[in-house]
Amino acid sequence: MQHDDVIWDLIGNKSFCSYKVKTKTQQFCRNEYNITGLCNRSSCPLANSQYATVREEKGLCYLYMKVIERAAFPARMWEKVKLDRNYAKALEQIDENLIYWPRFIRHKCKQRLTKITQYLIRIRKLTLKRQRKLVPLSRKVERREKRREEKALIAAQLENAIEKELLDRLKQGTYGDIYNFPIHAFDKAMEKQEEDTESEEEEEEDEEESGTREFVAEDEFEESDLSDFEDMNNLKGSSDEEEDDEEVSSEEEETEEELEEEKTKAKSKGKAPLKGPIRKKRAYVEIEYEQETEPAQKSKAT
Amino acid sequence: MDSNEATTSESVSKKKGKTKKVKRKVKHDEAPVQEMEQAEGEETEKKSESGPCFPPTFSVSEIKNKQRRHSMFLKLKEEKRKKKKKERKALGDKAPPKEVPKTIENQRIYDETTVNPEDEEVAFDEGTDEFSAYFNRLTNPKVLITTSDRPRGRTVRFCEQLATVIPHAHVYYRRGLALKRVIPQCVSRGFTYLMVINEDRKVPNGLVLCHLPDGPTAHFKVSNVRLRKEMKRRGKDPTEHVPEVILNNFTTRLGHSIGRMFAALFPHDPQFVGRQVATFHNQRDFIFFRFHRYIFKNEKKVGIQELGPRFTLKLRSLQKGTFDSKFGEYEWVHKVRSKSKISFTIYKNTFKYA
Repeated sequence: MQHDDVIWDLIGNKSFCSYKVKTKTQQFCRNEYNITGLCNRSSCPLANSQYATVREEKGLCYLYMKVIERAAFPARMWEKVKLDRNYAKALEQIDENLIYWPRFIRHKCKQRLTKITQYLIRIRKLTLKRQRKLVPLSRKVERREKRREEKALIAAQLENAIEKELLDRLKQGTYGDIYNFPIHAFDKAMEKQEEDTESEEEEEEDEEESGTREFVAEDEFEESDLSDFEDMNNLKGSSDEEEDDEEVSSEEEETEEELEEEKTKAKSKGKAPLKGPIRKKRAYVEIEYEQETEPAQKSKAT
Repeated sequence: MDSNEATTSESVSKKKGKTKKVKRKVKHDEAPVQEMEQAEGEETEKKSESGPCFPPTFSVSEIKNKQRRHSMFLKLKEEKRKKKKKERKALGDKAPPKEVPKTIENQRIYDETTVNPEDEEVAFDEGTDEFSAYFNRLTNPKVLITTSDRPRGRTVRFCEQLATVIPHAHVYYRRGLALKRVIPQCVSRGFTYLMVINEDRKVPNGLVLCHLPDGPTAHFKVSNVRLRKEMKRRGKDPTEHVPEVILNNFTTRLGHSIGRMFAALFPHDPQFVGRQVATFHNQRDFIFFRFHRYIFKNEKKVGIQELGPRFTLKLRSLQKGTFDSKFGEYEWVHKVRSKSKISFTIYKNTFKYA
């Protein structure tokens, strides 16, 4: 016998219903056939012998109906009617099937159908848009990669590598004439020229002496000026005799180098701010500064 | 007892100058500890008396006190080193050659795909591949930078900073557009590169670099992104000058193609006036990106100052056409090694490095 009120009395209020979910403000019903989802006297599928629901399966809506005549046959209790895909036609179908049924159930069925069609439309729209794929990260792998990255960073020695590469490019001349350092090639050329001058001096001293006798007069001038700088030369530990000899030879070198320097300067595009030893060599042209660079040249000559 | 220990400990650790610490430790000593230290004190007394000679059954590891043990160990090591140096000197020329420590870079087995610069096949390939147009100076790079959906602040700032680093780069907000639809639009507007920065948990973690007129698409994992304001001792903001590019260690075939990809991002003629350089350095399959300003102090010294963002990339996949994750033809995919134990040498045979 179906005593709906008795059933509701028990499961609704007094005793236990396994489908009931209680929250602070409301009670929900987890029964799959429940039409509203709330736990009410009129929505409970157990406590109503005449009941109907709309459910969705794989994109299709079905109308489920339960009547008291089939209450004794649980296997056949729910009548399943496939609803049309067209929303309006489906509404008519509901009306047609639930004719003479209580207003509440009819209304709620239609509401549920509306909601279902709305979310089906949304699903279809979203699948057309870009889907975000979640790729799982393996924690171990991530940890290992992180550590490897740190080690690779240390092994890379980035700053050294970058500096080395930039210096290589400077040497190769990719920067052209922007930087006016005495580049290695220039230095080597200078050294070669110094060696050549030395060898030439050894071979052809007489000729050089004759050629540079004019300069010797200037050298005498310098010697007098050098008197102040003799102390400096003494500090470096060279005797006066050696100084004189070396002065002559070094000055001869200087003069030749001056000539060569002037030539090279003419070759270069003559950019103003010359740095480094070139500056000092330029000072050679003025007699006053020749003395300063003598000790440096001595070291090169030896 | 305390004074005794103090003296012994002092004698032991005199050289190291740890007397202060040892004294403090002695103060904290309690009764049971004192007994042990007494025993050690005896041992240390013996040591201090006999200098470097130790009793036969003694080893440094038997000292319980960590500081003393450490100091004794250091002394031992130094003595050994001196002894070895003396021996080496004594041998003179006959001395065995100095041993070079094994590093991963030393131990790498030679990769057959390493590019030989004079290789004809490689030269031919490079003459006809997708970057040939760029390298023949037919096209100028124009880069479109965008993100994944709904980027967070960090990613947005990263994009902006990238746009300052790469000349002719434009940042566009991604309004949920599909990449497959974005690409033809880009092509029609003359872009040569599409860069998409993927974001996860408010941090950029992926980069898709797509060369546009149906060029290859590379997908990288991005890590260790550091924005400009997080850089220590950084310089002023980069100027509009075209930077130089440095590509280090892209030696294998795959590395070579990736290297060309990076090179094609930047215009051909760097403006040396700007003194800016962008570096892509490959080390053990990690590509480190740095952006510096350099200044030559003299012909042997250069100073560099880091501006700009820095990040590391790791190649995950290289696909032949433009971005198509489903039907694309993948040239190379990073496969995570299986659990089976592979020998060290094979592991080191990574894809880009010689």
